[in-house]
Amino acid sequence: MHKLLTNDQSKKMMVLGNEAIARGALEAGLAFAATYPGTPSSEISLNFFQISQESDLYFEYSANEKVAMEMAAAAANSGVRSMAIMKHVGLNVAADALMTLAYVGVKAGLVVLTADDPFMFSSQNEQDNRYYAKLGGLPMLEPSSVEEAKEMVGQALGISEQLQVPVLFRTTTRINHSTAPVDLKPLNIGKPEGKFDKDPMNYVTVPAISRRLHVKLLEKLEKAKELSETSPFNFIEGTGKWGIICSGVSYNYVSDAVKDLGIGDKTRILRIGFSNPLPEQKIKAFLKDCDQVLVAEEGEPFLEEAVKAFAQEEALTLKIKGKDKDLFSRLYEFNPAIARQAMANFFGIPYTPPAIADTSDVPEIPNRPPNLCAGCSHRATFYAVKKAAVGRNTIYPTDIGCYTLGFLPPLSMADFLICMGSSVGTAGAFSKVTGDKVISFIGDSTFFHSGIPGLASAVFNNHNFTLVILDNGTTAMTGHQPNPGVQMDDWKLDGYGRVSIENVVRSLGVQHVTVIKPLKINKSIDAIKEAIDYQGVSVIISEEVCVLFAKGLERVKKRKSFRVTDRCKNHQDCVKELGCPAFYMADDRPAIDPVMCVGCAVCAQICPENAISPVKDKA
Amino acid sequence: MDIKRLIIVAVGGQGNLLASSVLGEAALLANVPVRMSEIHGMAQRGGVVESAIVFGDAKSTIISDGEADLLVGFEPSETLRALNKCNNKTVAITNLSPMPPFTVAIGKGVYPDLNDLQEKLRAKTAKLIAFDAVALAKTAGNVLSVNMVLLGALTQTAILPMSVEHTKQAMKNKTKPAFLDLNLKAFDLGYEAAAGA
Repeated sequence: MHKLLTNDQSKKMMVLGNEAIARGALEAGLAFAATYPGTPSSEISLNFFQISQESDLYFEYSANEKVAMEMAAAAANSGVRSMAIMKHVGLNVAADALMTLAYVGVKAGLVVLTADDPFMFSSQNEQDNRYYAKLGGLPMLEPSSVEEAKEMVGQALGISEQLQVPVLFRTTTRINHSTAPVDLKPLNIGKPEGKFDKDPMNYVTVPAISRRLHVKLLEKLEKAKELSETSPFNFIEGTGKWGIICSGVSYNYVSDAVKDLGIGDKTRILRIGFSNPLPEQKIKAFLKDCDQVLVAEEGEPFLEEAVKAFAQEEALTLKIKGKDKDLFSRLYEFNPAIARQAMANFFGIPYTPPAIADTSDVPEIPNRPPNLCAGCSHRATFYAVKKAAVGRNTIYPTDIGCYTLGFLPPLSMADFLICMGSSVGTAGAFSKVTGDKVISFIGDSTFFHSGIPGLASAVFNNHNFTLVILDNGTTAMTGHQPNPGVQMDDWKLDGYGRVSIENVVRSLGVQHVTVIKPLKINKSIDAIKEAIDYQGVSVIISEEVCVLFAKGLERVKKRKSFRVTDRCKNHQDCVKELGCPAFYMADDRPAIDPVMCVGCAVCAQICPENAISPVKDKA
Repeated sequence: MDIKRLIIVAVGGQGNLLASSVLGEAALLANVPVRMSEIHGMAQRGGVVESAIVFGDAKSTIISDGEADLLVGFEPSETLRALNKCNNKTVAITNLSPMPPFTVAIGKGVYPDLNDLQEKLRAKTAKLIAFDAVALAKTAGNVLSVNMVLLGALTQTAILPMSVEHTKQAMKNKTKPAFLDLNLKAFDLGYEAAAGA
């Protein structure tokens, strides 16, 4: 049985924030969930995926976040409690659906989970998705801890159902990926069975109807404001005159800092957990009780600007600050020391930060960036493309997935990346305006997510570039989730369809399509040369299962590892051109770690002395 | 209760997440408030994995620079890289068996000298416990038990508010039964190594 399906409530369970959110939703009647995986939200979905195989919960990996949002929208409007789960940038993709869903509303609770990533541990930007709540007119809840996330997500479903509007549930990486003990309540998984009552005058958003729906949304927001005013998620601690308004994980750092600085008798903290609409009256009353107020929030001055506006309305002139060079930054994530220092600066408390070990005389430590795995087929494809394109001026737009790591030396195969699908969308313009040969890289899951429209557009507009689709049979980067192109036998599940990438590409009208097996280096180079010589849109589909994923697959045979033999003349092409982590230098000569090597044989094919051979069986 | 802050740094695949999970369970058994935070997005791709574990009455799940009471490094150069988490009262424990990053093989860096590395760590912390945990793991019967060897060593320092019994019980609850005897042996070897340091 899945650990989150236990009904033993006698003891606390140590759970990851994402597990806490999954369990909390399942205790609150969740019946339907859809997602596109994205760190730091991925484990919520992974747990739902596993749990859906053992319970009534319906869960799906949708092709992208917009589809996931639409699925949840339809389920919730058929009376089924639903969730759409995504990382912060995923909400950009789903925003088109969400902004008008806000007008239409819901019948059963719908929680939209956005996992923001301050510091960009695994993201391309650190946008602050609280603004989506304002933009869409949606109630928003923000937990400060793992325990609170579990309780709050259930409340979010309830508030959504009560107000009949989707609720934005905003976390940050330090909630998703922290672990803490939580109490369990009884499970209450709903049944994904609903009924859709036709009501086109409220559901079909033609202009005349939307004009009326916008009025209704504003009425719902007024009710949401009343809930926010009395919500236990907006609470005050302390009775001092030094005010601190905070939200999310900042509350933890502020709380600890109050203790560390010994200023508990002087401070008054307003923790905002129901953050759109803000509890205007509560904040105004709080301001009147304080003689200065510091606003502690990661990201943008979302609270700070609102608080200053409230002060203006009340003609209050107390000092209110948040984002300032001596206080809090808009950049990255906070930590306890940042909060302590900012509070000491703002309130004028003498404070000496702890003496950090002096590292000025420590020699530079070699970096340990994440790397494509030993035997990763992307490395073979990148190498083959590089060789095939020798002598040409090339631009390599890339995309989001493990293969983004191809940007690191020695492969250095990435020139431009802004978002999911941008490898395809940017290729035509680079080609048009520079005249350079453009070769783009996109993974199988990302192709389904947002590569297809770019390709259709390129065929229609008669662009000239080569798209390399790196099909490794799984969504590897986020932890090996399925996507529309995979064989679900690999997950030992039936009842799924399967979309052939080759058929999609051909049916979009691409005239030059080649499928390669990238571990066969010379054949691959020849095929890629032909593709890049072609004038127009050409597509290479590079098929080889992800090596990490393959470890758990019976259909993939284990290969012998390789070794460097005495024939080696120390050219070091293997090490310097491939950058495979199974290699190391032993007495200034390349050697292969037999435990890491998975036997892809790419190095053996490029060695000029033919000096790399399979390890012999022991006699 | 005093707040105690532990940082564990490791290379993906060295098993520090299991070690953290055992410590979390031990804290639950000992009725010690505990919170932790991990950054492990790219662990399987050979990157660095850092766990922060805070024991006692604190709300924060992360640890600022200079504020670790205990630093445990599963790989020597990673221990040194995490020196900024230490102050002169920190106790540092490091495995001495190097796993040079790939950047060294392609000539983009030089692996630090192990003697110099220990001198630096020793000079800037209250105490350094350094030994070859991989060798002890092999003695215990499986090189993968490095995490349990280091768990034994950190338990020996008695900095964290959990007893040997709590931690061993947590190992029973959290590690695979087939490996329990081996893991307990690894734990004891690490404990003894720290006692002799």
